[in-house]
Amino acid sequence: MTLSEIVEYLQASFPDAGLNLDETEPEPLILIPREHLQEVALFIRDDEKLHFESLMCLSGIEMGDELHTVYNLYSNKHNHKVSLRCKVSKEDPVMPTVTFVWRTAEWHERESFDLIGITYDGHPDPRRILLPDDWEGHPLRKDYVPQKKWHDIPLMTKEDIEKEAEAEKGDAK
Amino acid sequence: MSETQDLNIPLGPPQEKMSQALASVEDVHGERMRVQMGPQHPATHGVLRVEIETDGELIIKGTPHIGYLHRCFEKVAENITWPQIVPFTDRLDYCSSMNNNLGFVLACEKLFGIEVSERIQTIRVLVTELNRVANHCVAIAAYSLDIGAWTPFLLLIQEREHILDLFEEICGGRLLLNYIWIGGLSHDVPDGWLPKVHEFVEYMKPKIPELNQLLSYNKIFIERLANVAVIPADVCYQYGVTGPNIRGAGVKWDLRKNEPYSGYETYDFDIPIGTGEMGQVGDAWDRYIVRVREVEQSLRIIEQAATRLEGMPGDDVKAAIPKTFAKVPKGEIYFRTEQPKGELGFYLISNGKAKPYRVKCRAPSFSNLCVMPKVAPGLLIADMVALIGSIDIVLGDVDR
Amino acid sequence: MNVLTSFCNNPANWFFIKLAISLIYMVGMITFVSVFALFAIWLERKISAWAQDRLGPMETGGFHGWLQTVADMLKLLLKEDIIPDAVDRPLFKLAPYIVFASSFAAFATLPFAANLIGTDLNIGIYYIVAISSLVVIAIIMAGWASNNKWSLFGAMRSASQMISYEVPVALALLIPILMAGSLSMQDLVSVQAGGFWNWTIFGGGGFKLPFTVVALPFTVLAFLIYFWASLAEVNRCPFDLPEGESEIIGFHVEYSAMRFGMFFFAEFANMFLVSGVAVALFLGGWYAPLPFLEVSAETSPVLHNIIGAFWFISKSVILVAVQMWLRWTLPRFRVDQLMHVCWKVFLPFSLANILIVSLLVVLFNQ
Repeated sequence: MTLSEIVEYLQASFPDAGLNLDETEPEPLILIPREHLQEVALFIRDDEKLHFESLMCLSGIEMGDELHTVYNLYSNKHNHKVSLRCKVSKEDPVMPTVTFVWRTAEWHERESFDLIGITYDGHPDPRRILLPDDWEGHPLRKDYVPQKKWHDIPLMTKEDIEKEAEAEKGDAK
Repeated sequence: MSETQDLNIPLGPPQEKMSQALASVEDVHGERMRVQMGPQHPATHGVLRVEIETDGELIIKGTPHIGYLHRCFEKVAENITWPQIVPFTDRLDYCSSMNNNLGFVLACEKLFGIEVSERIQTIRVLVTELNRVANHCVAIAAYSLDIGAWTPFLLLIQEREHILDLFEEICGGRLLLNYIWIGGLSHDVPDGWLPKVHEFVEYMKPKIPELNQLLSYNKIFIERLANVAVIPADVCYQYGVTGPNIRGAGVKWDLRKNEPYSGYETYDFDIPIGTGEMGQVGDAWDRYIVRVREVEQSLRIIEQAATRLEGMPGDDVKAAIPKTFAKVPKGEIYFRTEQPKGELGFYLISNGKAKPYRVKCRAPSFSNLCVMPKVAPGLLIADMVALIGSIDIVLGDVDR
Repeated sequence: MNVLTSFCNNPANWFFIKLAISLIYMVGMITFVSVFALFAIWLERKISAWAQDRLGPMETGGFHGWLQTVADMLKLLLKEDIIPDAVDRPLFKLAPYIVFASSFAAFATLPFAANLIGTDLNIGIYYIVAISSLVVIAIIMAGWASNNKWSLFGAMRSASQMISYEVPVALALLIPILMAGSLSMQDLVSVQAGGFWNWTIFGGGGFKLPFTVVALPFTVLAFLIYFWASLAEVNRCPFDLPEGESEIIGFHVEYSAMRFGMFFFAEFANMFLVSGVAVALFLGGWYAPLPFLEVSAETSPVLHNIIGAFWFISKSVILVAVQMWLRWTLPRFRVDQLMHVCWKVFLPFSLANILIVSLLVVLFNQ
């Protein structure tokens, strides 16, 4: 199926879910409200015509005041792909999990929580994955400021790094 | 909400027998022991920590903890310009730098709408396949060490050395290459390099039967791997396991064939898959032998590409590189390539500026490793080592 | 001189003389074992290098790096001896000595030559099998006292493995004992005099032709079982699970400096020991493969002993080299496979072997 066919098929299956096609270049994607994310995810995995059994990638993104999760799906059976996108506001960054639909989402959602700060409701193991468990903040946010100290280990701030670079330049001269 | 699909990991006969035997005698069950395997452990191929709960040597539960090698690739990538990211992709999976370069560069080229000449594509195929051979050499070598055979390790590292020498000649680097650039290559292939590639292929071809004799069909090696740590195809789909691991489960799935890029559709090669030759389909031995056979196929591609290049007129490999990246097209893209360890995907968001807005790297080792908690229960500690080695992870790739 | 002669002739002083001779032999043996361990480590490096298409140590000492292991030992001696806080200190400190002492003590009845033997006990082989099992205790001590789960894994593996493999080892050793009808090491060797066709492995062992042909397959089998099981006894590949560098690192993971060196030494001393026992019981001991290659005791007692020791040590070193060769070729077994091989393969075969050989001995002894 082509993308437009998939969108039409999905819209027919979920008439009141408010699915929209976002014509971003060069890869368009389908916007899904978070209330309907889980049922749509389950549907497109199990439906015979769609059969998206593999989640290629799950990325958390910060877009202005919103946090997005992008699901890149692929069907090995029908050889077609689609991207889903779910948006939440920064004040309420909670999204339903799709771990039980595609198990590979477990680690990707943990990573997205770790770095972007999206909480996935219903996740079986909602911990940080790459950073230490007691780290503060979510580093991939654009306004992220690193903490000064972690367990009495002083961490370098941006100013420190700049100062050091200047000092090195001075030494070189 | 309905539960996830029912997935069963079949245990091999030895583990099954042992689990049954242990279950039948209640008295031998003492306290369960919680052991930290790593971060400093020779079999974890880096700084992976696996928290295992054991009953004697039988693993009840294995939980991997990652992040010891996190180098903030995605955050760094947001603060530097597009071409500056390429050297950072070298460091993701340091055993197959070329393939990482290619994955990122192809994603960028598709996003910016850059077309490169056929000659550049052929060179790219040639060098990435060389690197695939090098990567599989390391994977097999490290695996033999895990199983306790020392000699194949050094023999294979020696073969890899020849590939690194070839790389040194084209770009000066041996491990971290930064050879494939957005829109071209950093250097043209030097004179007299292609005959050396042919020489290498001729040298490497007889080495594979030799390896099979020494290691692959060794009785002890087969006993250690057959029926151990089986990952069936449906589990592979669910957990996003790709590369030689899913091929070892008997699925003919290779992006070079299924979604060809860089002109892979014009090359003649096969996709080796696991057939359960020694045990069940998708056991550790199948995953291992797929890598060995992939080396043969890669050598075929290298030969074809080198022959093609010899007949092509030279051109400027830097011709299509954009003069400036200050203004690039806006957009988002997910592009994936077949890296030796699996599917390497880049999700790129460009807001038209010199620096990317967001770079998400879908690392193959990261997704391949996440199947471990599913497979680990019921294995012995020695099988755990066989499992980690057979899914071939590089911690630089897992932690990014 | 007169004083010395009269001292020696006085029976009251014989005890001290014996003591002095024993001490001299002991010092000589310690020197031999240490020098052999150094040589064997160098040999292991060289054999691994040849197997792996490289050169091995080439610099230290000039000729093929022969001083390399001496330099390494010096380094180990000079290194800081780190004892972790949480270990059981007395046991932790004691374990390396026990390992070394027990493998060294077994050398007392190893017949290097006609007169070069610590003491020819009438139960010499029994003594060796018994005393070398003490190593297990030391390894469990080391693994337990280290207070480290990985070393405990190593110790448990080692204990189960060594205790299991004692059985096939002892059963295989019964074959030459049956044939010679003695437990004394020198007796076991002396029945094999007069050329390699009289060696126990080829069905000799004090018997003449018809027996030799019939018993040949069984004696060869006994030797093979002994050799393979002894590999497990000394934790060599493919049975090196207690060390298993890539799985559990080993029972000596917490040891450093010379304490680690002691384990290392003991391993190589043990390799020589099991090879020496194999040579003494199966491969003609200190007899030359062909009779004209040795000097008889009547011609020159000193030369007789020297040539005998030469043959004994050369044969043992060849067996040690075979052990090393196996190590650098084969992968490692898994725990359950190891036990499978021991209890379901070696044990039935060696039991059947004993039955057949004892029947043959009874039949042909008439």
